[in-house]
Amino acid sequence: MLVAGRRGSLLLALAALLVAALPLFASNYHLQLASTALVAAMFALSLQLVVGGAGMVSLGHAAFFGIGAYAIHLLPAGISIALTLPAAMALAAIAALAVGALSLRTRGFFFLMTTLAFGQMLFFVFHDTPLGGGKDGVFITRPALELFGLAWEIPRRQRAAAMLWINLGLLAAMYVGLALLMRTLFGRALLGIRGNEDRMRALGYDTRTVKLAAFVLAGALAGVAGHCQAMTEAFVTPEMLAWHHGAEALLMILLGGLGALHGPILGAFAYVGLGEASTLITERQRLVEGLVILAVVLALPRGLAGIGRGWRR
Amino acid sequence: MTALAAEGLTRRFGGLTAVDSVSLTLSVGELHAVIGPNGAGKSTLVNLLAGELRPSAGRILLGGEDVTTWPTWRRARRGIGRSFQRTNLLRDMSAHENARLAAQAAAFGPGRWLRDAGRDAASLAEAARVLERVGLLGRADAVAGTLSHGELRLLEIAMALANRPAVLLLDEPLAGMGPEESEPVGALLRDLARDHALLLIEHDMDVVFAVADRVTVMVDGRVLEHGVPTAIRASAAVRDAYLGHGA
Ligand SMILES: Nc1ncnc2c1ncn2[C@@H]1O[C@H](COP(=O)(O)OP(=O)(O)OP(=O)(O)O)[C@@H](O)[C@H]1O
Ligand SMILES: [Mg+2]
Repeated sequence: MLVAGRRGSLLLALAALLVAALPLFASNYHLQLASTALVAAMFALSLQLVVGGAGMVSLGHAAFFGIGAYAIHLLPAGISIALTLPAAMALAAIAALAVGALSLRTRGFFFLMTTLAFGQMLFFVFHDTPLGGGKDGVFITRPALELFGLAWEIPRRQRAAAMLWINLGLLAAMYVGLALLMRTLFGRALLGIRGNEDRMRALGYDTRTVKLAAFVLAGALAGVAGHCQAMTEAFVTPEMLAWHHGAEALLMILLGGLGALHGPILGAFAYVGLGEASTLITERQRLVEGLVILAVVLALPRGLAGIGRGWRR
Repeated sequence: MTALAAEGLTRRFGGLTAVDSVSLTLSVGELHAVIGPNGAGKSTLVNLLAGELRPSAGRILLGGEDVTTWPTWRRARRGIGRSFQRTNLLRDMSAHENARLAAQAAAFGPGRWLRDAGRDAASLAEAARVLERVGLLGRADAVAGTLSHGELRLLEIAMALANRPAVLLLDEPLAGMGPEESEPVGALLRDLARDHALLLIEHDMDVVFAVADRVTVMVDGRVLEHGVPTAIRASAAVRDAYLGHGA
């Protein structure tokens, strides 16, 4: 999996600056839209570690996203983000450990179906149960923005901007962290497994453990994304755990580029932007979206990340 | 010293017994060739020894330890390097990265996971060493998929050599090479046998009789004959069963 080179990284940094500057000129509505894209990018990026990193296609990834979101609902209302975020990660990681330990006994199509089955099971843990609090979702109290006793009180008018910056910061941290991870011995082993798992085993790699570690980390990061969505919208719904939510992230990865770490980020922004643009043009939003995605995927086998030479290693 | 021993190794595929109570020992400093016609069970034997397949019966001892139920990766770590009959490596990666991944496998555990691969001196040095040993250092940066067939076979051997395994299992490393290419590789195998227990699967009789210290002849999964090359060459049974219609 390619990590953006110097020029690509510069472009990504510029794009991040642009997003950070949005509150200077964009409406609250558009700030919220940007947050939606940032959260989607985090979610797709976390899934990319599993799909593009290790070559495992999972359809149950949304479950970890949803668990991260519900962590806020399950914890006492209004406690610090310094507690809710680690808790969201930990809960999602534990769920991913359980799901991964069982489903990584299978590969390929069977892995896909096993993750789907586990994802659906977790969906029904939160769907219309006392734990989840209703099948239509519940409103939550946003975690307090409090770090080491320093509280950040946000006036209502500036909330969208604050959420945007938090989401942007976490996405940037996630991307840089994963880019660094891909350069480590672990990252290289993961790429080896993606390329030829049997050969890696014959070379002496306990590939299942390596894949499980990637799966758990991806789950934890999906938990961060879910937490951020819940925090941004002050709302959680079982739909966050639904398998088609995970399929949407797969689509973003495909759109942005399966072979590049920054692909999911491009894909998420393109996907959210496309959804927004098509609602302006037509009522048959999904149809337009589908056609455009199909066209991009067919015309650009490497996705949006494959455009231009600046993205080469 | 016996590095690897197989005792009564048997493997059935449904009604077919691909390997039928085969016993053999491999010692460091010795090149042990296994020959036999197509379908004799040679690759199956290698896969049993390496752990790719589980035996239906029999035991495998690696350095005196029973490893029969060990998964392939664990045996590899304990000192088995192998190459495949059909070239099997990471074609999208450079020759160097292939060798480096092979080298990196040593002691690859959570404690080492987060090291920078580009600065991990141990695996970089080992990768360079094995590429040098097979004469591929000059092609280190080439993407494996672009290497010639002969170079790929050498890269397979290089990967097997990483981390100095006691046992080398090479399944037809010379397959598909012309005489000019295979001659230096024969010399390389001879050289490797000095500090490894080397099991060589090979079809070319001239090569086998030139390099092997001991030869096992397999037919229909069974060991037909076992001995030094001169004895095998003289054996009437071997000539009938194999050399006759093989060559
Ligand atoms: N996975 C498998 N399932 C079923 N039958 C198998 C399997 N692997 C090998 N066989 C059969 O076992 C027998 C031995 O095969 P093997 O590949 O070990 O022979 P070989 O001596 O390596 O032959 P060659 O010289 O052609 O490489 C063959 O009849 C083959 O068809
Ligand atoms: Mg064979």
